[in-house]
Amino acid sequence: MGEMEQMKKEAEALKTQIEAARKAAHDTDMASAASGVAPAPRVQLKTRRTLKGHLAKIYAMHWCTDNRLMVSASQDGKLLIWDSHTGNKVNAVPLKSSWVMTCAYAPSGNLVASGGLDNMCTVYNLKTPVIKTVKELDAHTGYLSCARFLSDTEILTSSGDTTCVLWDLETGKQKTVFLNHVGDCMCLSLSPDMNSFVSGACDSLAKLWDIRDGQCKQTFQGHTSDINAISFYPSGNAIITGSDDCTCKMYDIRADQEVISYQDAALNSGVTSLDLSASGRLIFAGYDDFNCNIWDSLKGEKVGVLSGHDNRVSCTGVPGDGMCVCTGSWDSFLKIWN
Amino acid sequence: MSTTNNIAQARKLVEQLRIEAGYERIKVSKAAADLMSYCEQHARSDPLLVGVPTSENPFKDKKPCIIL
Repeated sequence: MGEMEQMKKEAEALKTQIEAARKAAHDTDMASAASGVAPAPRVQLKTRRTLKGHLAKIYAMHWCTDNRLMVSASQDGKLLIWDSHTGNKVNAVPLKSSWVMTCAYAPSGNLVASGGLDNMCTVYNLKTPVIKTVKELDAHTGYLSCARFLSDTEILTSSGDTTCVLWDLETGKQKTVFLNHVGDCMCLSLSPDMNSFVSGACDSLAKLWDIRDGQCKQTFQGHTSDINAISFYPSGNAIITGSDDCTCKMYDIRADQEVISYQDAALNSGVTSLDLSASGRLIFAGYDDFNCNIWDSLKGEKVGVLSGHDNRVSCTGVPGDGMCVCTGSWDSFLKIWN
Repeated sequence: MSTTNNIAQARKLVEQLRIEAGYERIKVSKAAADLMSYCEQHARSDPLLVGVPTSENPFKDKKPCIIL
């Protein structure tokens, strides 16, 4: 038997083995296990702030760890830093390329990053007397879909070139390249303990990676289209994904499989973004149909909806203290709800 | 030659599948129990779940001052 034939055979055998092991662990699913849990209360949130200032579609937003400042990115070619309590704009960062797809706030609050169709991740220092570009991370061969700072010296990016990269911000060079997806990487989420991260891609798979050794440890299947949004559960033991297949799913890491799907026959718009409430009980998912739906993560039921945008909800974010949820839209506005 | 590429790709796939096949899975019932327990423990400190009292809400609607 040729080597190619042998490897195909071994690959099939391993896939069968993995499926069997997952099935053996599947003694129940999340919704059944949670049947005795009291339903989450009907969640009715009010718009507390509407942040006006961008002149075109908003593509991304990210909270600062101070739970008050946030950064938003729009294809009007700007990053805006907002004080969410007053609703005022604190800073404006003009972008070299207006085709921005992501933005991020460093945990220290000192730096922000952006990137998009320019294939680069640009890092800015907010604390110098005039905002300065400190690094242009230029090695991806596809668009930058997501960026997340680990610290002021390391940042993770995901790209349309199917890779994720860990960068050293002091040298501006790639430290680790995470290779395994076969479709554009669309999103990433850092684990609470910062030792791993998960990525979602257009190959409809979510992958768990070890940040330090660069290896893909687990692959989660189930979605039937691009995964646009991904987030770790606050406990670090599960992940939630949102997809163009109009569903969100929870995958448990230690059980290595999907444990619940959040879907509704009436919902036929793709999921663009998502975030979780502080306990993980509530999932806020933004959709192409201009709404943000609120799901009970344990029981799989829809418990509320945030309606108010006049176009697609493109980004959703809950600050670290869980005090509100922010939605950003192609209608150029950001709304804060609680 | 594309066949060498294909073989390299196939090798990588098998390597990756070996890593994933070796994972020690726990039962979904145990995983679910842990998730439910986490939610329960943290429910009381989840402002969006239990609600934010107006007096503590940094985003409460600013009321206009009326000068009498």
